[in-house]
Amino acid sequence: MSIGLGHYLILSIILFAIGLVGVMRRKNLLLLFFSTEILLNSVNIGFVAISHFHHDLTGQMFALFIIAVAASEVAVGLGLLIVWYKRQNNINLDQMNSMKG
Amino acid sequence: MEFYLYVALFAPLVGSLFSALFTAKKANKITGYVASFLLFVSFVASGILLYDVWHGGSVHVHLMTWINTGGLYIPFGFIVDNISVTMMMVVTTVSMLVHIYSIGYMDHDEGFNRFFSYLSAFVFSMMILVMSDNFAGLFIGWEGVGLCSWLLIGFWYHKESASWAANEAFIMNRIADVGMLIGIFMIYYTTGSLQYDKVFAALPSASPYVVTLIGSLLFIGAMGKSAQFPLHTWLADAMEGPTPVSALIHAATMVTAGVFLIIRSHALYQMIPNVGEFIASLGAFVAIFAASMALVNRDIKRIVAYSTLSQLGYMFVAAGLGAYWIALFHLVAHAFFKSLLFLGAGNVMHAMDDELDPFKMGGLGKKMKWTLILMVIASMALAGLVPFAGFFSKDPIIEASFVSHHYIIYATIWITAGLTAFYSFRMIGLVFFGEERYKIFGFHPHEAYRFMLLAMAPLGILSIIIGFFRTPFYNFITNILPSTIYEVHPEALAWGMNIATQALVVLFIWYPWQKYAKFKGADKVFEQHFIYKLLFNQYYIPNFYNKCIVVPYTRVSNFFWMSIDLKIVDATVDLIANTLYKTGKKTRYVQDGNLSSMLKWMVFGLVFLLLMAVAYGLAFEYPSKIAEILLNLGVH
Repeated sequence: MSIGLGHYLILSIILFAIGLVGVMRRKNLLLLFFSTEILLNSVNIGFVAISHFHHDLTGQMFALFIIAVAASEVAVGLGLLIVWYKRQNNINLDQMNSMKG
Repeated sequence: MEFYLYVALFAPLVGSLFSALFTAKKANKITGYVASFLLFVSFVASGILLYDVWHGGSVHVHLMTWINTGGLYIPFGFIVDNISVTMMMVVTTVSMLVHIYSIGYMDHDEGFNRFFSYLSAFVFSMMILVMSDNFAGLFIGWEGVGLCSWLLIGFWYHKESASWAANEAFIMNRIADVGMLIGIFMIYYTTGSLQYDKVFAALPSASPYVVTLIGSLLFIGAMGKSAQFPLHTWLADAMEGPTPVSALIHAATMVTAGVFLIIRSHALYQMIPNVGEFIASLGAFVAIFAASMALVNRDIKRIVAYSTLSQLGYMFVAAGLGAYWIALFHLVAHAFFKSLLFLGAGNVMHAMDDELDPFKMGGLGKKMKWTLILMVIASMALAGLVPFAGFFSKDPIIEASFVSHHYIIYATIWITAGLTAFYSFRMIGLVFFGEERYKIFGFHPHEAYRFMLLAMAPLGILSIIIGFFRTPFYNFITNILPSTIYEVHPEALAWGMNIATQALVVLFIWYPWQKYAKFKGADKVFEQHFIYKLLFNQYYIPNFYNKCIVVPYTRVSNFFWMSIDLKIVDATVDLIANTLYKTGKKTRYVQDGNLSSMLKWMVFGLVFLLLMAVAYGLAFEYPSKIAEILLNLGVH
């Protein structure tokens, strides 16, 4: 059995579902970041796979962009996380409700 | 001369605005002084204008354009001619004296500053009314005096009766104003202008029916302002206001605005003598009707109010018969002696702690000598005794009706002259002479302040001497007004008529004098008499209005309020508001600030949008198959 586009896409969907559940269920901010990374990378897998099978480099370029954006986003997010931890001594999501509305 | 015109017009406004600055502050005499001084300035400016007009001048200014749209052009224009300068002199003289008097009268009132603000605003509106050179400006003044009258009748607004009387006066006037407004529309529709000179130049070419209609509609407005039957009930109730207000507004100036309107539009009314005859007949009816109610009234201010109503009837008789200059002369003389009478009544009220029933007074003459003298002068002027003002202004009206062969009117107003003397001296007798009945009720009467009496003195002097100015006034005013002289021929008959009238007046002064000056107590048998009850209850007209108009109207209003407004209109609006409000209440949990629940909502949103995208995609891909499935389900 050769590995085709379908397998990659199914992998991508499974990873996306895992990330989504993580985003919904996790109460820890750090794990929330992990979940968002999983989400972004599942999409990357989809892009790259489709790009490869269609012989079109656009998708792979897009994936590179996403990696760059994700890296900078995590950098900012981790910075905020550290500041938050220093102030509140925890990183529990349920206690981050000072921004009402 | 334009300068003096603006000074005369705007000085009262400045006084009003100045006093208005202090309305929230404690009573401060300065507002009274400033307002009175500015009225004096206005009086002097009017005097200078009178001097100018007397020597043949006339001022016509165009202050600014008010409305200029399409074919409609209405400027704020003011004219000072023989008629308006006469009115200006009356208005400024009486209001200046009333302002000074009020400084004493309103001495202890909390609303002292507010009072002067309203009173000066009234004078300003009245000046606009008499000085405007077009019907639109006249209407502004007309409404302005109505508003100020409302404010001043309801000055003691915490009293239920005062605010009721204020509303009654305002509503009655509104009813009449509708007539007047339609009349003004008709004038514009017919002549294409509202300027007096253009209107009166264009009206002779209009159809006589239209002219009759215009004249009648304008007279309806005059009926409201001058409280003619059947819109008369407000004037007696308006006595709820402070007495200086009654003297200024409800005797000397505002109520005569109706007569002024007829005189101003004399060119119009000369074209329609049949309407004029109706005006004269109604005036004669009101004269005797009001005088009869004054005969038995037990409220000194209401007696004077009915007397005003009766004298307005006389003015309308003269104006209706075309004797405009006599009407205007009676207006001037009446303004002086009637405001004097009201101010005298104010002194009595002050002395008696606002008691109005003359049956509880008596013998006040000993304590209030000067008030007594001034009131007697005013009453003699009102009754028309030689040589007081009334003889020179009221008797010509009686003669005019005789000369123009309106004998029923003549008889009516001749009898009314007797009734006038009767009720005036009944009041004088009851209040100032006889037993000191007030002692039983524990009153301690005192004479008014000296400056209040001094403010009344010029009115007293004018009431005595104004009659002698009839000939100069005639020469002056007939530059504009028709110069008909109503002289009874032969001369012997004229003398006979004068003597008969004087004899009647003297008789009706003597009879109440000897009856009421020795007044012991109300005649119980007489008070059970049907006619007494009829007169005492004002012919049951207020009751009739109450039963047939006020009560049904209240019921209809309640019905519309309770079942249409509340249950349909309000309910619809409330439903919309409540729905939105409840939706907001239910959905506010979406944004509770908790990051993980917000993320959950975000995911649900994403899933929902994805599903929608898929559904739309399928629907566009396979429309025919979907239609088939729907058909099988029974949906068309």
